[in-house]
Amino acid sequence: MLTEAPLLDLGGLAQEARFRLHPEKHVSFVIDSNPNYTNVCITDCQFCAFYRKPGDPEAYTLSVEEVLAKVEFAAKKGATTVLLQGGHNPTLPLEYYTTLVSETRRRFPHVTPHFFTASEIQTVAQVSGLAVVEVLDRLWEAGQRTLPGGGAEVLSERVRRRIEPKKGGPGAWLEVHREAHRRGFKSTATMMYGHVEEPDDLVDHLDAIRELQDMFGGFTAFVPWSFKPGNTLLEKWIKQYKGPNTYLRMLAAARLYLDNFPHVQASWFSEGKRAGQIALHFGADDWGGTLFEENVHRAADYVNTITVEEIVTLIREAGFTPVQRTTTYETIKTW
Amino acid sequence: MLTAAPGSLLLRDSRLASVWDKVRNGVRLSREDGQLLFETEDLHGLGRMADFAKSRRHGEQVFFVLNRYVNPTNVCVLSCSFCDFARKKGEDGAFENSIEDVLDMIKPGTREAHIVGGHHPDWPFDYYERMIGAIHAARPETQIKAFTAAEIDYLWRRWKIEPREALTRLKKAGLHSMPGGGAEIFSKRLQKELHYSGKADADRWLEIHGIAHSLGIKTNATMLYGHIETMAERVEHLLRLREQQDRSGGFLTFIPLAYQVGTTKLVPRQTPPTDDLRTIAASRLLLDNFPHIEAYWVMIGEETASVALHFGASDVNGTLEDEKIAHMAQAESPPGLAQEQILRMIRDAGKVAVERDALYNVVKVWN
Repeated sequence: MLTEAPLLDLGGLAQEARFRLHPEKHVSFVIDSNPNYTNVCITDCQFCAFYRKPGDPEAYTLSVEEVLAKVEFAAKKGATTVLLQGGHNPTLPLEYYTTLVSETRRRFPHVTPHFFTASEIQTVAQVSGLAVVEVLDRLWEAGQRTLPGGGAEVLSERVRRRIEPKKGGPGAWLEVHREAHRRGFKSTATMMYGHVEEPDDLVDHLDAIRELQDMFGGFTAFVPWSFKPGNTLLEKWIKQYKGPNTYLRMLAAARLYLDNFPHVQASWFSEGKRAGQIALHFGADDWGGTLFEENVHRAADYVNTITVEEIVTLIREAGFTPVQRTTTYETIKTW
Repeated sequence: MLTAAPGSLLLRDSRLASVWDKVRNGVRLSREDGQLLFETEDLHGLGRMADFAKSRRHGEQVFFVLNRYVNPTNVCVLSCSFCDFARKKGEDGAFENSIEDVLDMIKPGTREAHIVGGHHPDWPFDYYERMIGAIHAARPETQIKAFTAAEIDYLWRRWKIEPREALTRLKKAGLHSMPGGGAEIFSKRLQKELHYSGKADADRWLEIHGIAHSLGIKTNATMLYGHIETMAERVEHLLRLREQQDRSGGFLTFIPLAYQVGTTKLVPRQTPPTDDLRTIAASRLLLDNFPHIEAYWVMIGEETASVALHFGASDVNGTLEDEKIAHMAQAESPPGLAQEQILRMIRDAGKVAVERDALYNVVKVWN
């Protein structure tokens, strides 16, 4: 599927699978924002344009109140999800993270704190001397129920050694999601393709998350996107990002292969709005979010913005009924 | 329900099975078939059939050209409702280029110059003739694709130069081929409603292309879609082109032009990419006597153009350098693309990029 199947056959089959799971011609979306609390990071991933080393003049770390101001900004614009992530900053204590969760819950009860990717949780565990499960327990106690799926990149030893040697192998990402699902958290799984990986690596990735999903069923959605080389260390070797046909193939193949995943997300943000509309015919049943704030792609000189009205129009134009959802895919409103 | 049609093609709309039979056996599609292609919800089945028809002609090849778009003037006596490009003489934004200006725009080594402009009330025929002659003398390596049938018709309206004479003289001066613009959509209703009745109508547009073909001048054809036309009008347009091609045989490429909303706002938004893909696929299937269908990235964007290479398109136009007609209507695409970006568009679709000249002679096969 990843290399040989005719693209449109794959797309047609992916639509069959999608409509078997979701018979109605609905496409969901979420009103959300993606702020960041720090860009300080000690992991030096070669694909990342966002991070700064500790002490860099452009390095920043926001206080709890500064982050909550960003949450408030999103909440005022109607966001029900705030996806908060940041670099691996070894100076931040566990309380910083738990306070962000509990204060978001307390002050903005309509906002789901969709905070901290697996690698940040690994960092918190190392810095605090706690086990991953203990960190997850503390976050749960603070009120957190979902985790974003970033930091997966490609779950292959070979790829991760090459582009992110300090972030740990696939096991580090999978451990956090496995323990989170065991505890009752929901999460998403992402995949960033289009750099040094081979098709085999991508199959390894899909296998790993499909196996984990069979254990607890904690993944809500799969979200692939293409690597953007701007301002990254990998830019020297990889000048262009993969185009829409590659993206549609990934989506369709994933929809067919990940038979135990409820949702597959079309990323208008990373692939373009028109590619996003086409993606709704290649297996995706979700449009992603409004992303009021986004800094990671922006750091790679890739910028894209949208409004709720535009999302509704784009979904309709593609032939579907827009449905606003929560972080965990419950329906809020059908347009 | 999926139907595995013979020839291992998956069709979700069973009504397409009879179309597929015809396509496989090289039988011409009817008007009703055409209507169905614009109605079916089975976008994948439609695309697969078009891809089959495209691959039968061209295999995995997709063509592009290193070209330059040149607009000598945007001064125009017409006021077509869909146009953001035209200006009246002396109006803000009006431009009139000299022959020297035009020469400056065409860099040495340019493979194709695409030259179209407004219907300028004061420029005599011999200005156009001298322009072509000067370009041909200064850039003998450049193939000149110039003047739409609408412009040729206007030279008759304004200066009473018969199209046959105009084209004979232009060819002698160095014209190689003609672009396909000015066709808009062949519909008397829309001609009136969108105020392009002062312009060559369907009969005249087709007549002039027929004359060009008889003089050995190859041409292209276009259709402006995605505004207030009906699907039946699209089908009618395509069938008229198919008839003309049967008669005169000189069309190289059909280029569907997605209407750019700009400030003319005939509709609130540009037609969605699924409509672009559908239109390209339906065109490939209906225009069985046209060598190429083009995915014109300027109008539909690079992403959709790239995906369209699976929906029957075998050409992506070229680098353009400085496209103006769509961009004065606020097109979102860049005004030109580097060759690297054109190659990326083709390679992402898994196709073989073939650099061509204006007449589709192969310059280089890129791997």
